[in-house]
This record gives sequence, C-alpha cells and structure tokens, in this order.
Amino acid sequence: MKYKLGTMAVAGLMAASPVMADLVFPSLSYRTGPYAAGGIPFADGYADYFTLLNERDGGIGGVMTRVLECETGYNTEKGVECYESTKGEGALVYQPLSTGITYQLIPKATADDIPIHSMGYGRTSAANGDVFSHVFNYPANYWNGASAAINHILDMNGGDISGKKIALVYHNSAYGKEPIRTLEKLSEKHGFELSLLAVDHPGQEQKSQWLQIRREKPDNVIMYGWGVMNQVAVQEAANIRFPMENFIGIWWSGAEIDVQPAGDKANGFKALALTAVGDDFPLYDDLQKYVVDTGKAAGAGDQLGTVPYNRGIYAAMLAAEAVKTAQEIHGVTDITSGMMRDGMEALEITEEVMAAAGLPGFGPSFSVSCENHGGEGMVAVTQWDAGAGEFVKIADFAPTDMDVIQPLIEEDSAAYKAENNIPSNCN
Amino acid sequence: MFYREAGDFSTTYPEDSQTFPIKFDRWRYYVVLFVAVFVIPFLINDYWVNSIFMPFLIYAIAAIGLNILVGYCGQVSLGTGGFMAVGAYACYKLMTGFPEVSMFIHVLLAGAITAAVGVLFGLPSLRIKGFYLAVATLAAQFFLVWLFNRVSWFYNYSASGQINAPERDTFGILITGPNTEAWATYLFCLIFTIFSAVVARNLTRGSVGRQWMAIRDMDIAAEIIGVNPLKAKLTAFAVSSFFVGISGALFFAIYLGAVEVGEAFGITKSFLVLFMIIIGGLGSIFGSFAGAAFLVLLPVLLKIIGVDWLGWPTDIVAHLNLVIVGGLIVVFLIAEPHGLAQLWRVAKEKLRLWPFPH
Repeated sequence: MKYKLGTMAVAGLMAASPVMADLVFPSLSYRTGPYAAGGIPFADGYADYFTLLNERDGGIGGVMTRVLECETGYNTEKGVECYESTKGEGALVYQPLSTGITYQLIPKATADDIPIHSMGYGRTSAANGDVFSHVFNYPANYWNGASAAINHILDMNGGDISGKKIALVYHNSAYGKEPIRTLEKLSEKHGFELSLLAVDHPGQEQKSQWLQIRREKPDNVIMYGWGVMNQVAVQEAANIRFPMENFIGIWWSGAEIDVQPAGDKANGFKALALTAVGDDFPLYDDLQKYVVDTGKAAGAGDQLGTVPYNRGIYAAMLAAEAVKTAQEIHGVTDITSGMMRDGMEALEITEEVMAAAGLPGFGPSFSVSCENHGGEGMVAVTQWDAGAGEFVKIADFAPTDMDVIQPLIEEDSAAYKAENNIPSNCN
Repeated sequence: MFYREAGDFSTTYPEDSQTFPIKFDRWRYYVVLFVAVFVIPFLINDYWVNSIFMPFLIYAIAAIGLNILVGYCGQVSLGTGGFMAVGAYACYKLMTGFPEVSMFIHVLLAGAITAAVGVLFGLPSLRIKGFYLAVATLAAQFFLVWLFNRVSWFYNYSASGQINAPERDTFGILITGPNTEAWATYLFCLIFTIFSAVVARNLTRGSVGRQWMAIRDMDIAAEIIGVNPLKAKLTAFAVSSFFVGISGALFFAIYLGAVEVGEAFGITKSFLVLFMIIIGGLGSIFGSFAGAAFLVLLPVLLKIIGVDWLGWPTDIVAHLNLVIVGGLIVVFLIAEPHGLAQLWRVAKEKLRLWPFPH
C-alpha cells in the first residue's frame, strides 16, 4: 500500500514537471478559509506576473518560470506539507504570506539553503542579515509599519502627541503581537498612552473590543488585522461612529474588500501601503494583453489593480529582479536556490529598475546588503475614498524611526542567535 | 483459509489471553512492526516523514489518548487541543530549562505534567455527565489556550508569543531543530507510538480498563458491583491526558518546531482528534490508528490526485476535501457507528468462516 502510494506520488510528480530547466517559484497560497479575502488576490498577482514574464519575455534571462501553487489555508501544518512537497522541485524562494508559516520555515529553509522573502510580514528581526542568512523582509517590516503609523499621527497633530490615547487592535497571534514592543518604545519617546486590544482568530467576534474603544475614547486606533477580521473591525468602527480618519490599518488591513462592506461609513479609513495604488502603470497594459486577454490569468482574473493583487505583483517583481541579479553574479541562467539567496542579498531597486519593469513609482527605492535584509523601511499612507471606491495615496514613501527600531532588531536577533548558536553570516 | 484458530492450540492461560490469539494475526503484527522499525527508516526522505508519517504517528498517539477517555470510559471530552498545548508548552519549558537532559525524558515528563492537569480538569466529571461534561472540557480547552497566550512566562517572554524548539538530541542524535535526519525523527515518534499503543492495549484489557468500561456502560451498576467511580474516572483522565500530552510535545518539538497556541491547538484540533476516533472506532486501539491514518492521508491523497494529476485549482481541491471529510463523517455515523475498526472486525469474522459461511 505504502509502496504503491509512493510510486503513485513519484509518477504524479514526474507527469507534472516538464523536463527542461525552469525557475520554480512555489506559491504557498490560501484561497480558502477566513483569510482567503487577502490570499486570493495576492496569489493571483504573484502567478500573473510570472505568466506575463513567460508570455512576453520568454521567462527570465531565457529560462521559463514555473509557479507551483500549494494551498495552505493559512494553516501551519499544511504549510509544512506544502514546503516539503515543493522544495524537491528546485524551489528558488518561498513567500508563504503567513507569519506563522514563516516562523516555521525560517530554520528549515536555512538548513536547506533556500531563501525566504517575507515581504512586510514574518519575523521582523530577520532584517538583521548577519543572523538570518536566508530570510529577507525588504522593503519594510512590521516595526516600520508601527513607526509609520505613529509618524502619520504625529503629522496629523502637528508633531506633538503627548498625552494622546492610542489603541492597538491586533490579531492575537505572532503577527499581531509583533508591533507591541515597538509601540511601547514609541509611547515612551512621544509620551502617548498605549492600550492593547487583542482579537482572537479568526476575528469575527470583536464586539467587546469596540465597546472598550467606545468607553475609553482613544484618539487614534491602529489595527494589525488580516482576513475577515479587517471587515468586521471597519464595520464595528463605523457602528460606534469612530472617526475613520483616526483609524489606521497596517498594509494587511487596507484592501478594498476590507472597507467595501461598511459602505459610505468607511469613508476616510486610512491604511499604510507598501506599493502604489491602482492600475495606472504600463505593466497593466501588458498584463491585459498577454495574460488576461489570452485567458491565462490565475484564479477568476477579476482582481487586477486591487491592493493585495498589486502586492502580489510587487512580490513577484522583486523575486524576478533578484533572479536577474543572481544570474549576473553567477553568470548562469538556470540558477539554484543558493544563488537566488546571493541575488536577493545584492538586490538594488532603483527608479530605473522599477520603470524598466513597467512600474514607475510603484514602490520605493531600496538596496539590500548582507547586514541589512530589510531595506530602508519606506512606507506610504493611503486613504479610502468611498465615493470613488478606491484608495488614494495621501503621503508618499517616507522613512520610519530607525533610531527606535534598529536597537530592537539588534536585541531580538541577538537573542535568537544566542538561543540557536548561529554563526555570523557576514564575516 | 489460513486465517482461523483451527490447529492453533493454547496450552497456557497467557497464551490464551494474548492480544493476538490467532497465529496469522500475530505474525502480521510482527511483520508490520518489523517493516516500521527496520525497513521504513532506510527508505524515507523529508517529504515522507514530515507530510505523512510524522503527523500520522503523532495523531495516532492523541487518538489513543482520547479513545481511552471517550471510547473506553465514556467521558466525552472536547479539551484535546488544550491538553496537547499543555504537553507542548511543558516540553518547551523543560527543553529550554534543562538543555542537557535527553528528549525522551522531556517528552515523558511533558506527558506526566499533562496528566496532572488532566486530572484537575477531570474532577467535574464526578458530578456531571454527557453534554455537560463536554461543555466543562470545552472550558478547559479555551482556558488553557487563553492561559498560554496570556502568561508570557510560558513562552519565555518572546515578543511574538511563539515557541520555537531549539536543537536537542538524545544519545547524540539530533531530534529537534532543522538539521535533523528523517529517520531519526521518524524513529523517535515511532518509539512513542508503539509504547503508547502497547501500554494502552494492556491497560484496557486489564482490571483498570474493565473498570473504565463498566463506568462507560452504566455507572450506577458499576458502582454497585464495587467499581470506585472516583478512581476509575480520574485514572481515565490521567492516562488519556498523559498520551495526549506526549502527542502535543511531539507535535510541537519534532513535527512543527514552532507553534502558536491559538492556531495549532485551537478548538479545531480537539474536533479533528474526536473525528479520528469516531471514524476509526470508539473503544478500539486499532481504530485510533485507522482514524488517524484516514484523516492524515486523505487530504494528502486528494491533493496528489486533484492538483498533481488532474491539474485542478488548489482551492477546489481544498473545498472538496472539506466536503468529503464532512460527508464521510455523516456516512459513518449512519452506516457504521463503530467506525473503521468495526469494518475490520467484520472482515476478520467473515474470513474465519470463509469459504463456508453459515
């Protein structure tokens, strides 16, 4: 029985994989479960970008790309299964889109010499490349996000927020707990009062949290939510008539689908952003021509231009640029995961690179180095315009408070280094 | 044909009362053990261990534990996830507190700690029964998860609230962490699975097990014939939690390596293990294995068939998986309430009479 299963599995894999060389990008997606609202468009964007490269350019550097999709349902056990079943196919980089799965994969992937790119999620202190040799979280991480939210509140209040009350509504998981330390440090620095409100998985039940907000009347609310939790929070905020312009979500809490259910009442909701909004970029013309019109779009093909779709495009684009860098460094086109890691570590994104990819001004310029796997941490702010039905960028990519964040990164990564006996990556 | 007791003479009482009195059964059991211990470790790779064997072995231990409580003693429990979390966090605290001690001892101690917690939450079972007990254990589930989320001592004050298994070995062989060999983790879990199954099997056919079953069948009658309900129910909770704690410790330390309590040990985990014993068969050690195998292998099998062979979209296959598992539970509850173990039993009965059924 077991032998039969084994041969069946092997036969299946062989039937699925073409013989020629290709660049494999596993996509640990989730199109089901309470987080599917964010998972579907991201996975579509990720897949569509690589389809476009294949159709338009014949792959990257002449080597075709292949996206291996594996459904995780945001569940860590399935994430492990997906990792194990895809890593043997020559996976170049993992982007699990889940902080829990990222935590799981950090030691495993490092041992297997496969890089992880946790773009705007995962373990924040992985920005310290000296400790986390195979983990990258450019262009910005959770702590940059917390600082960016506080910076925006500072701007709104003319630079003084001492004595203000700020509440953090967070997903009660590793993801939601990440910004707490940073916010505590920032509250010491700026003198605001921080209150913490945890929302348990999956986040449909938030009545008591918002009742507390109604009672305590914080001046601002910051949210670290994901999936169905976002929609419920925006609706609850609308119900207690919380002023939307004082409600700021992290980039995972700022998609169209999160605010649409609350209708006009969600007008003015703010969200941080890693990328520009909308589909007014040359790349989208190509996407329409080569991918959508030819019927090769992933999923239902109706997500183009939404915030998570754009983020999927951006993640794929950064991966593709890293492949190009790796091809240049090593002088081979069919690179391995170890070479991919070198490419990611030498990645430099400039205005010219973005324009050449058909995405001028889509994301910030940044560069990665051995010590710094987190980029410069530039974050933009967007605001929801319910009338037009779109997010509008209200503040351009701006730096965050690295004076506070850098010592925290050093501290947390040093603890990890000591706990796990990790050798230095950079010297 | 060869599956029958004819010609298989027992001359002593121990021979007569052994677990597998029929020769064919006994040899089959030895062959399975031999293959599991001496053949599979040489053949497997990371994928087979991490996707199939490890979850199967670990869930089998959890199912055996829950089966003792629900199947043998009749005390419905929805707290399995919470008790697994106790095992996992106990193991984590022990691993980080005493790094030089062997993993075997840590896992066993984690089981013992869980047994103590299980007895504590088993106390209400002396007063309440059935649905009400299910609700009380449900409270244990939520309380324990809340506790491990709330008190940062349990996760060594890490910023994210996650626990990560550091590298630990036993007899110089790495058992936890990313650099382990496939065979080492497999054998480590296998040893605990065999140990749990043998202990559980022998407990359930001894006087303790008979007391549990007497309580399950009719507690008042059991009390009248001299079974002490306090002792019987609390031993059931203790033994059950011991196994569940071991499975939780293995689940965290060996299988996943990093765990977040709400996600890994939530209420869905309790239900999953409960489904395993319902599908596998209540009150049967074999049923625990069959149920665990069924619910671990089915999604993987469906994925291979649906995604890798037929090329269906991954979300369709994931939804189909839910539909099929849900449908099978309904079918089993209606058509065969005693689960896969009963099908196995019927098949064996038929085989013994074959080819001349009456």
